[in-house]
Amino acid sequence: MRKHADLLFQLLSLATLLVALAALGALVFDIFSDGASRLSWPFITNIASRNAEDAGVYHALMGSIWVIALTGLLALPVGVAAAIYLEEYGTRSRIARFIELNIANLAAVPSIIYGLLGLGLFVRLMGMGQSVMAGAATLALLALPVVILSTREALRTVPGTIREGSYALGATKWQTIWHQVLPMALPGVLTGLILALSRAIGETAPLITIGALTYIPFAPDSVWSKFTVLPIQIFNWVSRPQAEFKANAAAAILVLLALLLTMNAIAIVVRDRYQRQGRA
Amino acid sequence: MTSPKLGSVIEWIIERLLFLCAALSVLTTAGIIGVLALETYEFLRQVSIVEFLTGTEWTPLFSNQKFGVLPLVAGTMLVSAIAMVVALPMGLLAAIYLSEYSPSGLRRIVKPILEILAGVPTVVYGYFALTFVTPLLQRFFPQLSGFNALSPGIVMGLMILPLVSSLSEDAMRAVPRGLREGSYALGATRMQTALRVVVPAAFSGITAAFILAVSRAIGETMIVAIAAGQQPRLTGNPFVPIETMTAYIVQVSLGDTPQGTIEYRTIFAVGMLLFLMTFSLNLISTWLRERFREEYA
Repeated sequence: MRKHADLLFQLLSLATLLVALAALGALVFDIFSDGASRLSWPFITNIASRNAEDAGVYHALMGSIWVIALTGLLALPVGVAAAIYLEEYGTRSRIARFIELNIANLAAVPSIIYGLLGLGLFVRLMGMGQSVMAGAATLALLALPVVILSTREALRTVPGTIREGSYALGATKWQTIWHQVLPMALPGVLTGLILALSRAIGETAPLITIGALTYIPFAPDSVWSKFTVLPIQIFNWVSRPQAEFKANAAAAILVLLALLLTMNAIAIVVRDRYQRQGRA
Repeated sequence: MTSPKLGSVIEWIIERLLFLCAALSVLTTAGIIGVLALETYEFLRQVSIVEFLTGTEWTPLFSNQKFGVLPLVAGTMLVSAIAMVVALPMGLLAAIYLSEYSPSGLRRIVKPILEILAGVPTVVYGYFALTFVTPLLQRFFPQLSGFNALSPGIVMGLMILPLVSSLSEDAMRAVPRGLREGSYALGATRMQTALRVVVPAAFSGITAAFILAVSRAIGETMIVAIAAGQQPRLTGNPFVPIETMTAYIVQVSLGDTPQGTIEYRTIFAVGMLLFLMTFSLNLISTWLRERFREEYA
């Protein structure tokens, strides 16, 4: 009897796992069957249009790339510096504990709240308008907790003996960190950054909130340009009642997923390459 | 070589700079609270806080403006509750399977797939809810409207499931082996060990995961903005269109609402409420996890 219950319970647990995997399968199948036929080279190179068949994602794709590149440039130095402080300098102080707690909480603040912060602070108060810069600054704040957490983990994997060896040769604390610790932690740092950015590239709500537009017939040409991004274009198309626009949304989702996969592949390659160098 | 004196000054400056970067996170929190509080204060000068928190009609975008936030809160609660009904039991069972039963080979395959499920952009889930799950559900419930709380709730549950299962699994794996072995030695099956020893021992860790999941559901935006509709409605009926707090913020942001108007300020007031709800849940979750860590340190 007990054995039967145990087996039944095991099957039930396994079944829930399979349901979750089946849901992922259904999602992928749904998007491919709706969007694959719409995907073509003109779809990538055309700009938005009122006519579903002529519409493309060029401006949104370029907007996404601009915003994400700038987000990375903003989040990387600040995130790494913050992680170095918390991991190497202030580990035991009370203020460092407070900052840690604060970062953990920030990581769980809904992204739309960051959008309201960006709207109030960057768009209005600092007068950036609805520009690539305002969008990237908002997403950088959103990505920071992830970058800080992954950088700290990477710093922790550097053995203490490396630091001690460097100190023994007379290096200062910062020289040790800059010349020994950071280079060793770099693959972990970059992997963490790319993963944080691949989360940011799918963000829709904060950029809608800061007022990124849903219809822009051009790609950005500077950080002060107005812009739209792929997720917003998808949202715009999915909100229309016509089936043709739904197909466009599915095709744009495929483009977004391809972008995500590319970023994750880069992360894996970076990690592998540096790890091999580290061993050689 | 720099002189020792100059060197130590540089070291001092660098440490201050690093500290400033770390302190930026505190400034971010302060900025969020500041921006929300400022506009909410202006909002509450025009609308009484009693009307805002207890009113049952939300029509700031109509000519007959009413500012009772309860319909939005009810919509948020309804969708989140449905998501939890899906995510909590399934996430916990999946975690039990991965932590107590699964052969390590299967675990190595399933974990990355669950991570993919967690990494899919939410706008994609919104598309899935609207174009796949809703039509599917309509076959079973013909009265289900095209926009409803049920479909986005279920899809949101699937989205949050990996969060629940991976945090719960971490908590269960942190339970010392000795406890399990003691249980097996007394003749307990794996199910009995899992349900009566491991889960209770990991209870605060699992609760922390659950609370974090609720907070995620309350703050989730795009799935509901796409699939739940834009009709603030004080109801528990999952078949009709509703509107959540997050979807309302999106709706106003998409329009051309001029800065300084009461309509513009409503999104900050709603945002403030949303922030307070999620922030207190996050604090409870962090506190529980700390406690759990101390138990098995």
